[in-house]
Amino acid sequence: MLTLTSPVETAFHRVPAGRKLLALAAATLVIIPLTDLRWIAAASLMVVLLYLSQGREFARSGLRMLWPLWPVLLVLGVWHLATGEVRGGIGIALRMLAAIALANLVTMTTRLDDLIAVVERVARPLARIGLQPRTLAVAIALVIRFTPVLLLNAGQLMEAWRARSARRVGWPVVVPLALTALDDAERLAEALRARGGL
Amino acid sequence: MERNVTLIALFAALIAVLGLVPKIDLISGVPITAQSLGVMLCGTVLGARRGALAVLLFVLLVALGLPLLAGGRGGLGVFAGPSVGYIVGFPVAAFVTGWITENWKADIGLAAFGGAILGGIVVLYALGIPGMALILGKSLPEAMVLAAPFLAGDIIKAGLAGLITSGIAKVRPGIVLSRG
Repeated sequence: MLTLTSPVETAFHRVPAGRKLLALAAATLVIIPLTDLRWIAAASLMVVLLYLSQGREFARSGLRMLWPLWPVLLVLGVWHLATGEVRGGIGIALRMLAAIALANLVTMTTRLDDLIAVVERVARPLARIGLQPRTLAVAIALVIRFTPVLLLNAGQLMEAWRARSARRVGWPVVVPLALTALDDAERLAEALRARGGL
Repeated sequence: MERNVTLIALFAALIAVLGLVPKIDLISGVPITAQSLGVMLCGTVLGARRGALAVLLFVLLVALGLPLLAGGRGGLGVFAGPSVGYIVGFPVAAFVTGWITENWKADIGLAAFGGAILGGIVVLYALGIPGMALILGKSLPEAMVLAAPFLAGDIIKAGLAGLITSGIAKVRPGIVLSRG
């Protein structure tokens, strides 16, 4: 399965994941309460420069990550044109885009392995209430492995539906799909136990 | 132990798959994303604790940068976006949904429907709307107006969660763990 990590190697890739996450948390806490348009514009400009500092190709993929937000921007646009607070609307939209783009920057420049290592480190104290870091790592790996498998199963179930019915695929297909997940879980648990368990 | 871990992981994957398969007609002619249906099913099928953990695992993987949200979205940016309250609220919604399915001794389908309404809609909106208000700079009543168009679809999904749960219970009695 693809991750959202950028294939373009940047200087940010070499910064330790934990440090990037802390910086992101701090910056987000500063950006979200901003209301003055000048400060918001300054923060946005800084985010744009961070992207551009790693080349235009990288900046362009950063822009693509923001594309799914267009319906939100459309709603904001209509709302603020109707109420006449256009300046406020621009501020809200810019603030949101800056905060999201900054978070995307961390996602794009941090490898999944490094993030999982941070999660394991942060989750270590949870061993005292019974969650071993290894159990968590296995669970993460299982989801990554079985999402494509279930997606394939879903595709087959939908094809089988289309072969038998003139109607379009409907919600009843979720019943066998959920049963597949339940059955796979049983078999997988047995396989894990047979290999010495967690 | 192994069984709990694999069930939680497989249902986390199921939520992702329901968000990534776009072409199921939940009601005839209107394709809507089934991701929140997946969250409801985690509660109704796995029960409160396992259901909430499955959804929590899903949210964790989204945060780690896997594109598992409907439309292939993911990463930390999601948590700075207008749907942050909903995503953070997903595990809570699954817990409440599961708790009601476990404890309301009605017919399984009806209990699952009631659980999905309270957990998947009332609780989820109670957490989602303030998040939307914060990010989009709106008051709570204004954010409610923005959330209202999704209500009809979510009520339908709660109904489907009930039907699907009772369907699973019928095919494989005893497998619905929320009633184990």
